[in-house]
Amino acid sequence: MRARRGPALRPNRWLRAIRAVRAATIFCCLAAATGQAKVIHREASLYQTVLVTERGAVVCLQFETRKDLRNQSCLDRRRPRHLVLPYTRMLLGALLLVPNPETILVIGLGGGILPTAFAELLPDAHVDAVEIDPVVVGVAERFFGFRETARVRVFVSDARVFTRRAAGRDRRYDLIVLDAFGSEYIPEHLMTVEYFRETRALLTPRGVVAANTFRDSGLHDHESETWHQAFGPFIEFTTDYSLNRILMASAAPLPEASTVDERARTWHRKLERFGVSITDFPGAFNRAPRWDRTKEALTDQYAPANLLRAGE
Amino acid sequence: MFHARTIAVHVAAFGGGFVIMSLELLGGRILAPWFGGSIHVWGSIITVFMVSLSLGYLLGGRLSLRNPSLDKLAAAFLCGGVALVPLVHAAEPAMAWLFDLIEDPRYGSLAASLVLFSLPTVLLGMISPYAVRLLVRTAPESGHVAGTLYFVSTLGSAVGTLGTSFYFVLWFEVNTILTGLVVALAVLAAVAFAGERAS
Repeated sequence: MRARRGPALRPNRWLRAIRAVRAATIFCCLAAATGQAKVIHREASLYQTVLVTERGAVVCLQFETRKDLRNQSCLDRRRPRHLVLPYTRMLLGALLLVPNPETILVIGLGGGILPTAFAELLPDAHVDAVEIDPVVVGVAERFFGFRETARVRVFVSDARVFTRRAAGRDRRYDLIVLDAFGSEYIPEHLMTVEYFRETRALLTPRGVVAANTFRDSGLHDHESETWHQAFGPFIEFTTDYSLNRILMASAAPLPEASTVDERARTWHRKLERFGVSITDFPGAFNRAPRWDRTKEALTDQYAPANLLRAGE
Repeated sequence: MFHARTIAVHVAAFGGGFVIMSLELLGGRILAPWFGGSIHVWGSIITVFMVSLSLGYLLGGRLSLRNPSLDKLAAAFLCGGVALVPLVHAAEPAMAWLFDLIEDPRYGSLAASLVLFSLPTVLLGMISPYAVRLLVRTAPESGHVAGTLYFVSTLGSAVGTLGTSFYFVLWFEVNTILTGLVVALAVLAAVAFAGERAS
């Protein structure tokens, strides 16, 4: 029964200003890339309003919350393999930690871009995708060319429920991708030490987990501490062209830098078609991320992720 | 008008409303690790609270027919507090058991809500009608008394909702808040008990 302190200490003002400018710049680039997009489909679900926008050959999936519409998934119809959004490209960096995953779990389907890419890149892999919102599954099939096949299955379920059931059924994965956060809302039971430990328990001995999360947020320190407690050492991967932060951890010790470089060279040709310059990634893998270790990890008992995020 | 007895009953009504809604919001937090954050989890919780409250109203009204006293109101608070204690210690194994027993997360969360929250909520639901009986002396004033008590207890519910969702979950662990609710119910029992003695 520990009493909790209120919102975090404020970072220094200049740092905040720099961050704000950086965030605004990136946001403007994103906005320009999607500007004047026309809404071609709007569907209310139990959880959100799902929008599909079109600008030229690029269709994007968005969840309508406030004015700030952030793309969840985008598909370029002229180049369907090309991964339009930076974070989807960055998530493929996980392939450098586990070279040929045979079983892959993707939490959060969105447009189904990642499961489709994995299935194509890895012809022997089986991909399970978990999506809470059945409307999103329908939209992925109708507008983003997503197809369920013998190798790609979708489960409409809450991720936490799926994870517990999968553990009970001895399902194990070589790669687990956590991509369930919207730009506005974090399902708080999916950012706790307990959830990450349950996820870790689904990994094979060589398994890797990669998560798509936010770069600038009041959660940064809490989230890092939560990862550290659940997974031990982890890699933080950020780029100057994305607001996202990719976190990666492994059930086995993380591979040497030289091994990662070598794998990047092996993947290079294959991934070029997807718009991914994988050889640029290893240099941006931060193996010693820093954070304020006095910040509490989030647990099932203490999980105010959204309040903490807004509290920056 | 404002003697100790009246004040004690109103404080009790406010506190009862506060605890009920605080508990309901914590319900979502308690169930999420097992049954997720889907809309049906909230559906289960709200259903169980509504059914339990309605039963509590029925029972509280019935019990108020025979020798109503603030001491008995105090007993309802104490029992409500005792019924909350297992939530701190036994919620996890209970949910683990139900999770394995029931495959469908809709019925799993409904069963879990029923097991965890129905008893305390029935007990806390008894407070409102019982409080009305304690303050009503004549038929013409009954509507006024009931209206004032609804006002106070629903205001308590609003404060419990806001306090829990905006602040308590940011400051404390779930079990700490639950323990706080048990302590609050014990204090409310003491207030009712003292109200009986003071008048």
